[in-house]
Amino acid sequence: MRWTLLIVFAIVALLASVVMGPAAVPLNELLHSDIVWNLRVPRALLALLVGGSLGVAGAGLQALVRNPLADPFLLGLSGGAGLGAVLAIALHVSGPWALPIAAFVGALAALGLVYRLGLIGGAALDPRILLLGGVAIGAFAAAVTTAIVSLADAAELRNAFLWLWGGLSGASWDTVLIIAVYAPIPLVVLFAASRPLDLLALGEESAGYLGADVERVKRRVYLAASLLTAAAVAVSGVIGFVGLVVPHIARLTWGHRHRVLLPAAFLGGGALLAFSDTLARTVVAPRELPVGVVTALIGVPVFAMLLRRWTIP
Amino acid sequence: MTAPLLRLHGVRYRYPGATQDAVQDVSLSVAPRQFHAVLGPNGSGKTTLVRIALGALTPLVGRADVIGVPASQWARQELARTVGVVPQREDNLFPQRVRETVLLGRYPHLTLWGAERTQDQEAVDRALRACDAAHLSDRWLWTLSGGEYQRVRIARALAQEPQLLVLDEPAMSLDLKHQMELFELVRGLVDRQGLGVLMITHDLNLAARFADSLLLLAEGRPIAAGAPAHVLTQETVQTVFAWPVAMQTVDGRPQMIPLRKREESRA
Repeated sequence: MRWTLLIVFAIVALLASVVMGPAAVPLNELLHSDIVWNLRVPRALLALLVGGSLGVAGAGLQALVRNPLADPFLLGLSGGAGLGAVLAIALHVSGPWALPIAAFVGALAALGLVYRLGLIGGAALDPRILLLGGVAIGAFAAAVTTAIVSLADAAELRNAFLWLWGGLSGASWDTVLIIAVYAPIPLVVLFAASRPLDLLALGEESAGYLGADVERVKRRVYLAASLLTAAAVAVSGVIGFVGLVVPHIARLTWGHRHRVLLPAAFLGGGALLAFSDTLARTVVAPRELPVGVVTALIGVPVFAMLLRRWTIP
Repeated sequence: MTAPLLRLHGVRYRYPGATQDAVQDVSLSVAPRQFHAVLGPNGSGKTTLVRIALGALTPLVGRADVIGVPASQWARQELARTVGVVPQREDNLFPQRVRETVLLGRYPHLTLWGAERTQDQEAVDRALRACDAAHLSDRWLWTLSGGEYQRVRIARALAQEPQLLVLDEPAMSLDLKHQMELFELVRGLVDRQGLGVLMITHDLNLAARFADSLLLLAEGRPIAAGAPAHVLTQETVQTVFAWPVAMQTVDGRPQMIPLRKREESRA
């Protein structure tokens, strides 16, 4: 029943994002329309992949840092990606892939720094330091980004600002293909860590005594979730709340076993992002809202309701 | 003779940066059907000893072997099939039901992608029954009393189907009835299922009543080891715990009664 509802929601969200759009395409011409094949279909698929990746990355990171408020972007990646992208804009680096590559490199740099900080106490990766270090690196990158944006001229500033809020308007079959080849690797790593993640919820000591190789699991989960997030931010900017809210909705509906939770978070995240993107394209057509605005507008009220349920068990 | 389940021989350990050893020259061994208790005041190195025994810490000097193989060389998953541990503390990040948490004890027996099999569910059933917790199966963990919660955690360790059970202060903060029930449960597991047990405890009297052998630690050093009557003498207990006591014998086991300071002269 729960799965049926989720699958129906995902299919409806995907269909809606193919059928609806600023350009009116009659239903009987859907299959022959360039707009549909070259714009809407890849965009819907990219939304599914990016939203799903963010959902899974969020669920994994929440269990890793033992903090239900963890969001994939909280660990400094959004700051790093934003800085990379804004630097590329400010330095007038051009080419169709300049922005995604710059953002990806920025996110990887932040990932490396935060990971190094997490190992500061020795060989063991400390999730608390990952969280604190991530916030700190993110804040630092955001400060540098703001400094650059404030020195840039107005047109560039608008570009950078919109990019930071996230959007899927850059979707093409190429981006879909890249993500479809890239994302399954970290996704499989995270799915394979499902049971050790269940154990990690008991604390590292207990998890180790129950047979989990705690250090290896922590490293794999952090790196896999971060690599997913870095790719997501490179192709679609910072799309907030998918990685925070979707895992929680999945937890409340399916429980805390990651073997079930992670697939549900993938499908739920993908469906939510496809749905939000459709709204972002159509509500103020022909203009477009950044999809991060829509996910936040939907996500924050849902999250507030969840928090209420969380505190009254 | 087969190797004991657990054997520590002359282990010494000092935490990085510490100025004195956490444990020094400690030896003990636990065989099947043996209930071994480690006693000592706060900070005497009991928990460090458990970490060494489980390979979480490697002794600087001496050996810590599980079935003849150094504890730190065991693969974690394989060790978890041999040794079940009930740590002193743990906090569940997410709410969980009793059966779910006991099923986590099957982790060392599961393959990477495989689902839980009938035999895993049966092992969980057996573990719950052995701990008199079958009726709690569907309860949320946070609704359990302290005694029920500890029984469930022991059930999770039993679901690992270990040969050795290690318990760190399992009876702490339990009332009289639940303390006794817990010790009876552990003793029953030793006698009926042939498990070896290593238990860390503060409770001298219960340890003396239920355990086969004791090790008394003070400031990381072994003070006395062996049968309860040999370890818990008035002189030793008074010295180690720095408090006057009187000793009695119940069921052939020494029992300690702490004295008020003013009774000291009369004792």
